[in-house]
Amino acid sequence: MAAPASTYKDREFLAVIGDEDSVTGLLLAGIGHVTQPPDSQKNFLVVDSKTDNATIEEAFDRFTTQRKDIGILLINQHIAERIRHRVDTYTAAFPALLEIPSKDHPYDPEKDSVLRRVRRLFGE
Amino acid sequence: MSGAGNREAVFPTRQSLGLMKAKLKGAQTGHDLLKRKSEALTKRFREITRRIDEAKRKMGRVMQIAAFSLAEVTYAVGGNIGYQVQESAKSARFRIRTKQENVSGVFLPAFESYTTEGNSDFGLTGLGKGGQQVQRCRETYARAVETLVELASLQTAFVILDEVIKVVNRRVNAIEHVQNKKQRDTAAQDVEMKLRREAAEKAGDDKENETSGGDLLGDEEDADVIF
Repeated sequence: MAAPASTYKDREFLAVIGDEDSVTGLLLAGIGHVTQPPDSQKNFLVVDSKTDNATIEEAFDRFTTQRKDIGILLINQHIAERIRHRVDTYTAAFPALLEIPSKDHPYDPEKDSVLRRVRRLFGE
Repeated sequence: MSGAGNREAVFPTRQSLGLMKAKLKGAQTGHDLLKRKSEALTKRFREITRRIDEAKRKMGRVMQIAAFSLAEVTYAVGGNIGYQVQESAKSARFRIRTKQENVSGVFLPAFESYTTEGNSDFGLTGLGKGGQQVQRCRETYARAVETLVELASLQTAFVILDEVIKVVNRRVNAIEHVQNKKQRDTAAQDVEMKLRREAAEKAGDDKENETSGGDLLGDEEDADVIF
């Protein structure tokens, strides 16, 4: 009934999709990880106004489905907004998807996919 | 008495009546247990939802503070350190591990953060100036990430519990509305048929039996009063 241990045993990293400031801050905290070459992959993606949605979606896919070592995916709320349909349809338990506020975009609980689910469950 | 659709495929004999009754009893016990499990999970679920709500608000505040400390760094260093930091990230110092908690037979994973010793990247960031601010910023962000990890645990528990509760409730309802009803109907039909058959067998003796039954009851009452 619950998820088997193999689905989350090896998940030890956090990943982040965010604007430059958020990513820098989180990297300063020490979450940055680059896997061994030859196919070295970063666990963070810096998104600015020039990044197109396909790149974000691709990174989202990579962090959520392809990589099995990521336990938590942090994504800036205004970026989540750009791929909202993907974020809303994401229901898996692992990795956990967290929408975080950014410096320029304060946190809006109304947009959060999980909080919206909470509200719907309690019929508010 | 409902139609043949609500009936298990058994013949109305005394033996199958006994079997049916035993089955019904088992189903009821199972139903009670599942119901209790569902309630325990729901209680936990509500608690988690409430804590998620709080944690999300807390996260908003914490991230605001963290962003401010980063702004301090940018000011003190006198430039953007983003590029430097991104390029020097190699191995994660801040990692998470998962542990399990058992709530009424459901394993809820929880994240726990830990820092690996020994590798401090960005050793040279802010060497020229603003080293103190960089250090403070790192601490602030580490605390912020801890809050985020906590929130992620809650959220994972939320997602899993949501799913499990749905499954359990579905089973409870299935027993309540389909299995039990079917078995009850079968048992009821059986009883009815048995009575009818017995009535047909000894049509004349019924009244005498009832009166003698009444006399017996009366005797017992008398005896009780005496002792």
